[in-house]
Amino acid sequence: MGLPQAKLTATEARLAALAMPEAPGWTRLGRLGARARLEAMGLPGRRDEYWRFTNPADLVTPAPVPAAVFEPSENPVFHAMDRLRLVFVDGVFDAAASDDPALAGVEITRLAEAQALDIHWAAELYGTLEARGQEPVERPMAALNTAFATDGVLIRATGRAEKPVNLIYLHKSDTSDAILHHVIRIEPGADLTVLENGPAAARFNKVMEVDIADGGAFHHVRVQGRDHERRAVTHVFARLGQESTFKSFTMTANGALTRNECVIELTGDEGVAHVAGACLGDGSDFHHDDTIFITHDAERCESRQVFKKVLKNGATGVFQGKILVQPGAQKTDGYQISQSLLLDEDSQFLAKPELEIYADDVACSHGSTSGAIDERALFYLRSRGVPRAEAVDLMVLSFIAEAVEEIESDVIRDEIVERLAQWLARHRR
Amino acid sequence: MLEINNLRASLEEEGKEILKGLTLTVEAGKVHAIMGPNGSGKSTLSYVLAGRDGYEVTDGSATLLGQDILGMEPEERAAAGLFLAFQYPVEIPGVGNMTFLRTAVNAQRKARGEPEMDAATFLKEVRARARDLKIDAEMLKRPVNMGFSGGEKKRNEILQMAMLEPKICILDETDSGLDVDALKLVSDGVNAMRSPDRAFLVITHYQRLLDHIVPDVVHIMVDGRIIKTGGPELALEVEKNGYADLIGEAA
Repeated sequence: MGLPQAKLTATEARLAALAMPEAPGWTRLGRLGARARLEAMGLPGRRDEYWRFTNPADLVTPAPVPAAVFEPSENPVFHAMDRLRLVFVDGVFDAAASDDPALAGVEITRLAEAQALDIHWAAELYGTLEARGQEPVERPMAALNTAFATDGVLIRATGRAEKPVNLIYLHKSDTSDAILHHVIRIEPGADLTVLENGPAAARFNKVMEVDIADGGAFHHVRVQGRDHERRAVTHVFARLGQESTFKSFTMTANGALTRNECVIELTGDEGVAHVAGACLGDGSDFHHDDTIFITHDAERCESRQVFKKVLKNGATGVFQGKILVQPGAQKTDGYQISQSLLLDEDSQFLAKPELEIYADDVACSHGSTSGAIDERALFYLRSRGVPRAEAVDLMVLSFIAEAVEEIESDVIRDEIVERLAQWLARHRR
Repeated sequence: MLEINNLRASLEEEGKEILKGLTLTVEAGKVHAIMGPNGSGKSTLSYVLAGRDGYEVTDGSATLLGQDILGMEPEERAAAGLFLAFQYPVEIPGVGNMTFLRTAVNAQRKARGEPEMDAATFLKEVRARARDLKIDAEMLKRPVNMGFSGGEKKRNEILQMAMLEPKICILDETDSGLDVDALKLVSDGVNAMRSPDRAFLVITHYQRLLDHIVPDVVHIMVDGRIIKTGGPELALEVEKNGYADLIGEAA
């Protein structure tokens, strides 16, 4: 089975610009396996069904499209929170800028250091969840990541972490091309929150593999963009055990190109997986894609996908979301909603919601809408004295609310709402 | 207070004229009622005064305390002191009632160059006024008008009016959809706001509301014009004989 010539050429060109670490240690097998997968699949192209709405061209070129370094004047998100900071600059861990990675109930090591060892707890996970996520849909950008990741963190939570771990991605070079791979293991009954923020690099490829044991809980809140020109492709691969919880929320505010994939397997009964996103796009160079795949392979599990996009001035939003219910996954409760608020006629939203169900006693619902702002509500607000621009912002926040409410922590939720409001105020027109 | 002179307005899309030279003056401290049959243009008048899109004013003027309001944005009219209690208050999911009220109060204050109301004072004021209208804390927390009954929506309108302290209050069929108890609550809320420097324009189909909010002046509106003006007894006459006689008289 050969690849089409164009795909082969592109893949070879990209591979030529990449190298595995000299001493990959325990990651060696995982990396070699991923490289073999990548060579068999080839890098994504515009003609691939899974990339129909998002052109991957800028993600697969040997060198990244340069992106100007941009330092917002306000404090970064989460800055006022008590959290453990781990800082990466253009994809390289910066120990001096980071906190001491000592946190009760949590083991944190850096991938670039830990891989010098021959054995590690993460060895059985590195590339494993990614490989599982390659069926039934190929995700070559994730295989590339596993094979060539230059750094990342390995986090093992054995208890209830007393504060969140905050991965901060700084961007300092116009032409940086970062590949980070994180592995997170939540032991039975453990509970961890991971926060992520920052543009990371001109081009950013990130994989996070999350393995949640029975009764474990993982919370994830990510803030991407903030008007940065960066291009990013990210994957979260999560496997959930019995009665475990996975909750992930992403806020994206501009950024030239973003493709966020989230692949979740519910493998134990009564697992709960929620994935949500709020995306704000302003301008025709904005393209944002959420691609979600949730597999129910156990009984009485619950999954929710809640995605809201606010688009203006020619911005594009994409949603591809799937719920797959395997035979025997009875009493599955699946919910999926993807909605866009188009603030003008130049913006577009492309959605492909899917349900595939092989069990007969399940409750699954999905919906997808695209709409303009409600003029009646707008007039109502204005008639009470709220100026048009502020009224539109209120309506936008109201539209996004369902996604933001997926964040469990009040403190983090308030912080996110505040950031959304600030961004809207800056982008009034 | 509010002076409307020879006002003509059409529906923008159809070009159909609804207000056909309406003239009306509401003095400070007074309650004026407008009654009229369906389709006479009563609600259109309230929308044109509040600045809703979709209407084109082709002639005439409307001033509030001497200021021309027809050239203003809806929010500017509100800051100038105009309030419209909607016949059908709009539901806005995701915007909390309190957030909405506070945003509105402070936006108006800002527009008038007044200091914003601080959170504690605001809370105190809202609670006191909500209590009078039997609006509980739960209702205040919910998104604007979401899941409110017809009566709750109208009480919420009056709460907004009470917080915004407008100069001219236009009540568009505030009695529609209200049972007797709710009608009493709403009317008490309105009556409590009557003052020498505030005026009311009460639009209604029925005499019933005017038993509770007793008007100083009653206007009969037919086909986009005021055809007759009188005292409260005019409303009773309508209640008894309908509009047919009055329309015949005017023709």
